[in-house]
Amino acid sequence: MKMIVAIKQVPERDAQLAIAPDGKWINEADLAYTINEPDAYALEEALQLKEKHGGEVIALCAGPERVTSTLREALAKGADRAIHIAADDLAQRDTLAQARLLANAIRAEAPDLILTGLQSDDLGLGQTGVVLAELLGIPHASLILQVEATDAGLRVKRELEDGWFQQVEMPLPALLTMQSGGNKLRYATLMGIKKAKSKPTATIPAEALAGEPAVAITRVYVPEKQKHTQMLRGTPAEIAAQLVEKLRNEVHVL
Amino acid sequence: MSGVLVVVEHRSGDGSLTRVSREALAAGQVLAKQLGSECFAAVLGENTAALAGALSGQRLAKVYAVDHPLLQQYTADAYTSGLEQIVARLAPEYVVFPHTYQVRDFAPALATRFGEVLISDVIAIRDGPVFVRQLFQGKLNADYTHTGGGPCFVSIQAGAFRADAVEAAESPAGIEALAVTLDPQQIRTRPSAPFRESAHTVDLAAAPVIVSVGRGIREQENLALVQALADALGAELAASRPICDAGWLPMERQVGSSGQTVSPKLYLAIGISGAIQHLVGMKGSKSVIAINKDENAPIFEVADYGVAADLFEIVPALTQAVLAAKT
Repeated sequence: MKMIVAIKQVPERDAQLAIAPDGKWINEADLAYTINEPDAYALEEALQLKEKHGGEVIALCAGPERVTSTLREALAKGADRAIHIAADDLAQRDTLAQARLLANAIRAEAPDLILTGLQSDDLGLGQTGVVLAELLGIPHASLILQVEATDAGLRVKRELEDGWFQQVEMPLPALLTMQSGGNKLRYATLMGIKKAKSKPTATIPAEALAGEPAVAITRVYVPEKQKHTQMLRGTPAEIAAQLVEKLRNEVHVL
Repeated sequence: MSGVLVVVEHRSGDGSLTRVSREALAAGQVLAKQLGSECFAAVLGENTAALAGALSGQRLAKVYAVDHPLLQQYTADAYTSGLEQIVARLAPEYVVFPHTYQVRDFAPALATRFGEVLISDVIAIRDGPVFVRQLFQGKLNADYTHTGGGPCFVSIQAGAFRADAVEAAESPAGIEALAVTLDPQQIRTRPSAPFRESAHTVDLAAAPVIVSVGRGIREQENLALVQALADALGAELAASRPICDAGWLPMERQVGSSGQTVSPKLYLAIGISGAIQHLVGMKGSKSVIAINKDENAPIFEVADYGVAADLFEIVPALTQAVLAAKT
């Protein structure tokens, strides 16, 4: 099975974010970046499918030069090769324009299966995978925890709300957006890191942005607090004493 | 037609309107009022007469009942194609959905067919209209505006609008049946009936006190620290998704959009940053205490009392103090 894993690079989870001077995005300089976590689960699923059924795993990522570090990590974990869509203007491209970039690169490869995370940890729109399937004209399923290859294509386990699940069957080629937790994520081994150095990464230029975006961010800001939070300070013993006082006299659970 | 079209969902069991759908209706009415236009609703299914009748009691310009055998069980292909036909025919300015798993599965594709982008998981609508969304797991907010030429597609986060704020009608809204053309050949996926993994043995929703743990705990072995505090308080132990993903606690102890929704007397969040998906599951708690080393963590936005410090120092001290207070 030929598989493409569409990956996004996002700021690390505990990164201290500062708003850009124009108030429309964050300061991207000096941030530490990592693979978007749901995309790590998509990569893991692809690697496990390859181990079971053979085939090829291609890691795909659009973005500036810095995203090649995330692609190298995917290669070190076991992807066979990588494709970097060189684009410095992702923030100016809406979901549809970004998905078009990915779709063009994917069409050229004609994979059997495309995997990506269900949403990104930065924008959190949760749409790229579904839009990509629509652009490619292939079936999709979202919020997937398990994937099984069948004679007719795939059988997947989809998460529904409130602890419910369902199985979905579909033919290939298809696209899946992966939920976290279906597999255990692997770490790159020393051997993997070494091997990654000789694996190919193709860099392809992003097509120029055509047309106006359909949606725009006009302002980014720190949210107003929904509650007045009383911060408790002191030594651990002092804080514990204050908490016990609140538990007894305010919350009434002691 | 112009105006705002709200697409609602119903429960498969009794066919009643879901709570998040009532919230989306409330959002649609607010948006229509801002625009000085009208709010419409559409319901899709195999036999939607009863639900359309119930909807007509709300302040709506019209209720559209869209019945087709292929809309009985949800598939992305049938819903995308069905709604594409409805939106093309009615030409609303805005199409509003509840931000459910089902909507996430097809609404992005629907928007794509109109060359548009869904503004998803909206938490507020201000004059403009400006749609407010959360970025970076709730650390920042962003104002979004629609700049496309076609209909604007929006989905509303659960709990962002009040279901009981839906305005009732003075006289019932008219109901119109809309036919759509769907062919079984179009449906490329075959879904099974929904199922549950295991009998739920833990009912977090009934627990008056919940001690909940997140990524900040770092190692599985460290869970004992939090368990000791839960035992001292007579509390149920719960967790955010990453802890259950790692297999450190069973999935049934997960609080959040993909787990249980709880509203205990006390929710004590330990090492939980407060991603949106977690907050929607616990923000109805009467009191929230949060312990997290990052003072900017979104969990502090919903906490009554906050401790921005190392949980490995605070939790053992608190357990001791609780035990001492009880003797």
